[in-house]
Amino acid sequence: MSDNRSAWKALAPWLAVFVLLLFAPRFLPRFHVYLFGLIFTTGLLAVSLNLVLGLGGMYQFHHAVFYGIGAYTVAIVITKTALSPWIGFLLAPVVSALLSLAIGLICVRLSKLYFGMLQISLGSLVWAVVFRWYSFTGGDDGIHGISVPDIISSTDGAYYFSLILTAICLILMQRIVNSPFGMSFQAVRDNPVRSEAVGINVKRLQLTGMVISGAFAGIAGSMFVVIEGSVFPELMFWTLSLEIIIMCLLGGWFTFLGPMLGAAIIVLLRTFVGIYTEYWTIILGVVLMLLILFLPQGVLGYFLEKFNRSGMKPVQEEK
Amino acid sequence: MDFASNITVSALFQQALVGLSRTTILFIVASGLSLILGVLRIPNVAHGSLYMIGAFIMYSVNLFFGGGQTGFWIAIILSPLAVALISLVVERGLFQHLYEREHLMLLLFTFSITLVFGDLVKMVWGSDYRCVDLPAAFQGFFTILGFPFPRYNLLLIIIGPVVAFGLWFLTNKTRIGKIARAAAVDREMVGAIGINVSLIFAAVFVIGCFLAGLGGALVAPTQNIRQGMDHAIIIEAFLIVIMGGLGNIWGALLGALIFGLTDSIGILVWPQFAIVFPYVVVVIALLFCPKGLLKSTW
Repeated sequence: MSDNRSAWKALAPWLAVFVLLLFAPRFLPRFHVYLFGLIFTTGLLAVSLNLVLGLGGMYQFHHAVFYGIGAYTVAIVITKTALSPWIGFLLAPVVSALLSLAIGLICVRLSKLYFGMLQISLGSLVWAVVFRWYSFTGGDDGIHGISVPDIISSTDGAYYFSLILTAICLILMQRIVNSPFGMSFQAVRDNPVRSEAVGINVKRLQLTGMVISGAFAGIAGSMFVVIEGSVFPELMFWTLSLEIIIMCLLGGWFTFLGPMLGAAIIVLLRTFVGIYTEYWTIILGVVLMLLILFLPQGVLGYFLEKFNRSGMKPVQEEK
Repeated sequence: MDFASNITVSALFQQALVGLSRTTILFIVASGLSLILGVLRIPNVAHGSLYMIGAFIMYSVNLFFGGGQTGFWIAIILSPLAVALISLVVERGLFQHLYEREHLMLLLFTFSITLVFGDLVKMVWGSDYRCVDLPAAFQGFFTILGFPFPRYNLLLIIIGPVVAFGLWFLTNKTRIGKIARAAAVDREMVGAIGINVSLIFAAVFVIGCFLAGLGGALVAPTQNIRQGMDHAIIIEAFLIVIMGGLGNIWGALLGALIFGLTDSIGILVWPQFAIVFPYVVVVIALLFCPKGLLKSTW
């Protein structure tokens, strides 16, 4: 009984936030509604990366590839085939998961920096193909003016689509984090050798983590198509991958929702600083430098630590 | 499709020579990156920015001295030195406090430097494309075995081995090189016998970045100097270093050779997907030798 009550207490604020967000488009100007959609998309992407980066401690250096492939899947199904657009949305996570599986099978043999570098080279290969395959992917121009189904084509429609999808994905990911799988994943992060010794198949676990995370990135990619109506190769360029890692770092990668916060900060920074100056990346660069020098546990991580609440426990830094 | 339709002996020969000059640039940049990775263990993404800055400084210095033979040579010498100076400031000001951090943090930190440098370059030089004119002595062609070959490319092909030999000499025959290699293996031990490791690290970092600047200066006359050339080169340089073996100078040379040649020959085979070939080769190489073709120093 009391267990139920405390669970309800923990849930209530999130429910309130969700209801608030449901009514937000009624009060907010269109541009802000659009921005919220973008924040949900980018935030979901960052949280999905954090599943392997923060929870699993894997150097997933080229997460953007799975995001981009998800977006391209939807775009190509809509523009090049006669299939229903909804098939595209169903296919996006599947294709991303398959690509994760393929890249993961090659990469998980290695660890840390070698893992990350091999992933960057494989991801760059995918990017290079997309960049030059004009007849299929639109090459460096990308595909523009993608007409998504009417119900989600308006600004509000796109907003609700991304809000609901993000909420569902976050709930699923939260469950994954707290599942036995999530627990063993953390154990592997903290001590791979000992985990292996107690019978965890480390490589398979890491591969599974990559596939799950890739699938969620694919969903985020499909949301991007709905919000922007276009895709382009920059979606899977390696600089975007590092930007997503920055979002995780900024929000705090030992917390579940920290990356969401980090994504929101970056999207807002880019939008509003971008209005005043074209030199917004220098500001991002300086913020990042200060962050690494003085606040390596991230914004949310800092506050959690300050108020002494338990998030995901931080790992010791490796020498 | 124009698949493999224009492969002739003469075209192959010419593309191979073009590939070799491209190899030189790639090698110079990648060897600097490899040196820093091998000794300091920093995956320095900002290496590409220094390369770009080297190219832009080359453009400005050349312009300042009115181009021609003098301007060109002064620029070739000055711009790597200027880049080395910038890197010295960055190392002493920022990096020396961060050596104990894990690789991911270092990578992100160098990426933040990339962001800052990218915008600084935009502020100083603007977003326009720039070109450097070659002095008259390097324009035109030599005829090799009956095939025309650009003179400047020949210069590049000569410079490549010179740099490789210089680096080999530096790391294997000089005191600083030996200390640096020792410090890469066991930093504390080297410090314990009374050597100032911090200064050695600074020197290695500066030498590595000097090479990035040299690569940028040398590439300037052969292509448009523009924003974004930092992002293109750094990924190639990283792939070369990984393929060759981290920290191994000869590995960087081998990697650059493979990368440069597949790129230039690939244009003959299938022009549309030429940029895909080097990546495919890297992936295949890493499938069989996950830690690089030659022995890495890690």
